[in-house]
Amino acid sequence: MVAEIGQFALVIALCLAVAQSIIPLIGAHRNNLSWMSVGRTAASGQFLFLLISFVCLTYCFVTNDFSVLYVANNSNTKLPVYYQISAVWGAHEGSLLLWVLALSAWGFAVSIFSRALPADMIARVLAVMGMIGIGFILFTLLTSNPFERLFPAAVEGRDLNPLLQDPGLVIHPPMLYMGYVGFSVAFAFAIAALLSGKLDSAWVRWSRPWASVAWVFLTIGIALGSWWAYHELGWGGWWFWDPVENASFMPWLVGTALIHSLTVTEKRSTFKSWTILLSILAFSLSLLGTFLVRSGVLVSVHSFASDPARGVYILGFLAVVVGGSLTLYAWRATQFTVGGRFELVSKETMLLINNVLLVVAMITILIGTLYPLFLDALGLPKLSVGPPYFSAVFVPLMLPLVVLMGIGPIAKWRRVPVKELFSQLKVFLLLGVALGIILPLAIYRDTTVMTTIGIAAAAWAILTALYVVLRLIVKRDGSTSIGKAYSKIPRAMLGMMIAHIGIGVFILGVVFTSAFSDQKEISVKFGEEVGLAGYTFVLEKVTGIQGANYQAMRGSVNVTKQAVPVVTLYPEKRIYTVQRNPMTEPGIQTGVFRDLYVSLGEPINDNEWGFRIYYRPFIQWVWIGTLLMAMGGLLGAMDKRYRNLSKANAKRNSVPHTTPT
Amino acid sequence: MIRFLIPVLIFLVLTGFLFVGLYKDPSLVPSPLIGKPVPIFAASTLRDAEKIITNNDIQGDYALVNVWATWCAACKQEHAVLVYFAEKLQVPIYGLNYKDDRASAINWLQQYGDPYVVNIFDESGRIGIDFGVYGAPETFLVDRNGIIQHKLVGIMTPDVWEKQFSPKIQQITSKVTK
Repeated sequence: MVAEIGQFALVIALCLAVAQSIIPLIGAHRNNLSWMSVGRTAASGQFLFLLISFVCLTYCFVTNDFSVLYVANNSNTKLPVYYQISAVWGAHEGSLLLWVLALSAWGFAVSIFSRALPADMIARVLAVMGMIGIGFILFTLLTSNPFERLFPAAVEGRDLNPLLQDPGLVIHPPMLYMGYVGFSVAFAFAIAALLSGKLDSAWVRWSRPWASVAWVFLTIGIALGSWWAYHELGWGGWWFWDPVENASFMPWLVGTALIHSLTVTEKRSTFKSWTILLSILAFSLSLLGTFLVRSGVLVSVHSFASDPARGVYILGFLAVVVGGSLTLYAWRATQFTVGGRFELVSKETMLLINNVLLVVAMITILIGTLYPLFLDALGLPKLSVGPPYFSAVFVPLMLPLVVLMGIGPIAKWRRVPVKELFSQLKVFLLLGVALGIILPLAIYRDTTVMTTIGIAAAAWAILTALYVVLRLIVKRDGSTSIGKAYSKIPRAMLGMMIAHIGIGVFILGVVFTSAFSDQKEISVKFGEEVGLAGYTFVLEKVTGIQGANYQAMRGSVNVTKQAVPVVTLYPEKRIYTVQRNPMTEPGIQTGVFRDLYVSLGEPINDNEWGFRIYYRPFIQWVWIGTLLMAMGGLLGAMDKRYRNLSKANAKRNSVPHTTPT
Repeated sequence: MIRFLIPVLIFLVLTGFLFVGLYKDPSLVPSPLIGKPVPIFAASTLRDAEKIITNNDIQGDYALVNVWATWCAACKQEHAVLVYFAEKLQVPIYGLNYKDDRASAINWLQQYGDPYVVNIFDESGRIGIDFGVYGAPETFLVDRNGIIQHKLVGIMTPDVWEKQFSPKIQQITSKVTK
């Protein structure tokens, strides 16, 4: 019964999405206010009914209703209740429902927080979001219905994939999806601007905070995924250049370009056509990611069960949405006026180069990811490119970007003398290079050219980011107190500083882990000492233990450093009872400067085991860095001028106003 | 005008490729194990539960490790090819009997022929996980130092053998003679 209610709510949500995409659009065209206002009501209704639908599915999981096929396939009575809830999005059908729920949540948020926007603008934005909603709800209903019944009902469920039974995986997909579909808002704003033909830069100011928040979600989502891979896969790695990781990374790169180009368009009303294109591109890549994960065109650890019907549907949808919007773009973009002029050395140029580098990086990843597919389609022998390709092309592109990151924020709009930049930044250049040389030598007594360059880049990023904000406090005029000078700094600027510091911290982590990691994959007898990176590891014993829905062999590993005990780690090898899937649960001691990571392999005989030990310096900095980036983005999105937007816009309506830099 | 059409044109080409890709099988997967040694394992052999086989038992100038199971329909398809390789070309093939039932696996070999030097019996699929097995069938090429040189996801055919395995094998065996 509950499953039928859920399904019915899904159908009602579809009807509301249809209303949301047609009526406001006609209203905006005819300038009919009551028709336009249908958008808001329908968006709220769509969200409400999708929420009902989602709650119904969750209810089926929690009550172990194995007469629902999806529940029977992905849950089990012995599964702890929190994993029964997260199992709702543990496979294709349910995660799609979560996806449409997230989409409607964004639509709902737009309808609430954009009351002060011109009615025709908001009507068009909601209509575009309604169309995307139709596409995905239909996809759910036609090819991937999570409420399908199973007759006769199963006695017991087949359990959730053990890889997904991890706290990191409980929140990773919702975050990622919020990020993916969040770009639909910026996309809808861009399309609404193209549709209305009002191509001034007003829509940019409304779109900017939405793009930032979506970017924050995506950043957190990707970071959680990487953190999960490190903790769960037992390989001690944090990024694998897996097609699905790439699928989430591409919209991230373009989203990063977008939030930077939005600044230029907002402040200088230039790059308009480019910003529109990036808005379309960011969401298109989200859709492409969905296609890659769910169609089975590429093989990946993440792939959902592939089904050609689903692939054809999403590809068709992709063609309509992306093809349609790019055609609309080609048709309208000719009408863009040229914005403020700028010279070769200026903030505009630097942000332009930033955008070009990020987009080129995205394209190289796209090519690398789809390379096997291209070759196959052309009938050539298959080849695939692995991490060496990505490192070889990605790092050289990112290096100038980091250099630019230090210069861009202090450069002036329109024109800035090179001399002025150099005199301000030479100290940091020297300091950065010095730290790049000294730090690795001081900590590890060893270095390589790439390590030095990497650390110098990280130091440069952090120091220049601090300088951008601190100079405003240091160079205040005598009458203002430090506190007052600080309070005058716009939040957007603080956000930028924190995000850029985050990038520096991230690079530090990446460079140190890749340069100074150490590992051993060996077989050991109980009590045998293994030395690694100055630590001594002893596998004392392996005992059997019984978990809630699994049995495990748990090793206890004593770690000492120069005979001083450091920690005892308990890596596990689990067998989940229902699916009989073996799982590796590494034992990890996390530290600020290094992680010790052990995982069990296979038993060789009664007192000898396969054993993997990893020493991972600075690895936590990778995630601390991404967290800082996300915090920075959030702070930027909460800037005062967006909060006051409602008041300002009520008066000025769509007339663009300039904000102090 | 034309330059604004560039994005949509690129996208159309991409869509074409994706559409073709839908009907292709992404059989060749980049494996993180290529260039790495065979994972450490110790398991009983399929035919004799008392006999233990470990990673050190995979020997020879080169060897194939073939992941198979009786529940896997595609394995039946490739089986005849494996038997042919083993008998006519004297290819050393080690089987990894993956998540299978011992009795039915032995029965299968009696019925369709046994191309394997020996079979590792991986009932729980633990060894398969260490090999990074996505599903059966999969075939690994291992050199004389126990390093994995190549991996095939999907069915082994004479065509795949000619194009992917033969050149690799020549390459790794010629290195040895030098």
